[in-house]
Amino acid sequence: MPIVHKGTVVDNKKVGNYFVLTATAADMPKEFKPGNFVAVAIGDERSSLILRRAFSIYQVNDRGVYGGTVDIVISPHGPGTDYLANLKRNDAINLVGPLGKPFSLPKDPVPCVLVGGGYGAAPLFTLAEALTARGCRVDFILGASTQEKLFGMLEARRISTTLTVTTDDGTSGQMGQVTDALPEVIKKSNAAVIYACGPMKMLEAVANVANMHGIVSQTSVEESMACGIGVCMTCVLPIIGDDGITRMLRSCVDGPAFKGDKVRWDQVGKIPSDTWGAPVEGVN
Amino acid sequence: MKRVPKRTSVDMSIELAKLRLESPVLTASGCAAAGKELDQFIDISTIGAVVTKSVMLEPRSGRATPRMAETPSGMLNGIGLQGPGIDDFIEKDLAWLNQKGAKTIVSIAGNNVEEFGKVADKLRDIPGVIGIEVNISCPNVENRGQVFACDPYAAADVINNVRRNVSASMPLFAKLSPDVTDITEIAKSVVKAGADGLSVINTLLGMVIDTDTLLPRLSGKTGGLSGPAIRPVAVRCVYQIRKALPNIPIIGMGGIRSGRDAVEFFAAGANAVSVGTTVFNDPEACVRVHDEVAQILQDKGLRSLAEIINAAHEELI
Repeated sequence: MPIVHKGTVVDNKKVGNYFVLTATAADMPKEFKPGNFVAVAIGDERSSLILRRAFSIYQVNDRGVYGGTVDIVISPHGPGTDYLANLKRNDAINLVGPLGKPFSLPKDPVPCVLVGGGYGAAPLFTLAEALTARGCRVDFILGASTQEKLFGMLEARRISTTLTVTTDDGTSGQMGQVTDALPEVIKKSNAAVIYACGPMKMLEAVANVANMHGIVSQTSVEESMACGIGVCMTCVLPIIGDDGITRMLRSCVDGPAFKGDKVRWDQVGKIPSDTWGAPVEGVN
Repeated sequence: MKRVPKRTSVDMSIELAKLRLESPVLTASGCAAAGKELDQFIDISTIGAVVTKSVMLEPRSGRATPRMAETPSGMLNGIGLQGPGIDDFIEKDLAWLNQKGAKTIVSIAGNNVEEFGKVADKLRDIPGVIGIEVNISCPNVENRGQVFACDPYAAADVINNVRRNVSASMPLFAKLSPDVTDITEIAKSVVKAGADGLSVINTLLGMVIDTDTLLPRLSGKTGGLSGPAIRPVAVRCVYQIRKALPNIPIIGMGGIRSGRDAVEFFAAGANAVSVGTTVFNDPEACVRVHDEVAQILQDKGLRSLAEIINAAHEELI
């Protein structure tokens, strides 16, 4: 069960273009599974920014000096994330979590490729540990537009069989995008599953590569949320169900990880006309 | 552990239309889905009532994203009434709420006058339903999308039709839009048509423009503004309606974030309050606001919530 936790900031370090914020989180680490996220309040109960921001949980620690803690990765790009990036040790922070469905893990110890775009890579490291613990081979691909926007290279190297890095401008690793490197990594590792987290365009491209290779992909999507707990209905996207019917599902409670071949990527931000309950011409 | 209201010596129970509720704090339609998600944080059976997201006759996909934009002390939303349709809602959501012992006020919506009646008719004899809130702030497809709530005759037609499709003892609440010249005119019209009470207020129509693209931020272009930013408008509407209709039961809502905010509504004339957008910020808000109101009353040396209702109207007390 998720909880509301009035915590404090334990640490907030700048890492490249990002901030890694550690906050007390009581029992959240005990409930945590890779792929979960937290919804973080911006400011106190008088703040004029009333919507929580959702962050993948990057790391958890259930018995540190401060009790349970969670780490999140912040990319400052607006008033909410700027506020969080400026928080200092001992500042108050209010978290709701753990939220969302975790990644599904393969039953058998099959090779997995983990693809992270920028700080979207955050949830993949605990996933890598869980997969390794099951005996899965893990290969990482981390990509970004430029070197400062890469995240978690040292950690990825430590926990994987191979790490491939791509940047659009060639400032680190191969010049190009993660999907330029992906077919080769799939081939070499004989991958059965691909996990990906990052920008929507990257997820779409990764899902397409997985489909072409006939392997399963799990993509952790990023849609803007107002609540993170399933009540506001703002974070929906068109997902094909097991019955073949497309429905507008909430990425916060039905995701954030969806099977890559079930997301109607070309229709994200639209209502496909065959969606369950789609507007009939001239009615809605 | 799920939060429940603290024990208090203050009598927090209220009379609302034909209902007696143990807590004056309800959820607000569209801000609590059908209660299940919030029940992870609060015991949903301990709040005044769960007001469910507006349900229509048929399943509805809602609008494309983006459906939301943050605004100063508020948000703009255009969900487009996404929902499962009344049959699925009764079978799954209402069954769950009833099994949890929740008191449920079902918010209903329709594309035309007849659809409201059909949805209401489906709710006859469904256990756990203690009232119906009629969301008349939706466009009438049979009248060029004119919003029912903005026209006293159209609003009355809807309430009249719903009234004819439910039992005489079922409390009906009409949810009013503030986007009108004189909200008391609409209030009087729907009460005459058979509403037992009023939900005051729905969101205000607004727009946010993205200054990079220079286009409206929401896919539906306009949306409903909610949150603390609209609270003074809501308090004013409750006050005006109470003055015009001294005995009509009112559920007050619009930007309630704390117990102190709720107290403003009670003093203005609300018999109960709904906490809406604040739930997105604090999933425990309905119970917290209840506790804070009780504490404020206790600090004032009062024994019951009833003592502050209508307090802002010197002529009524």
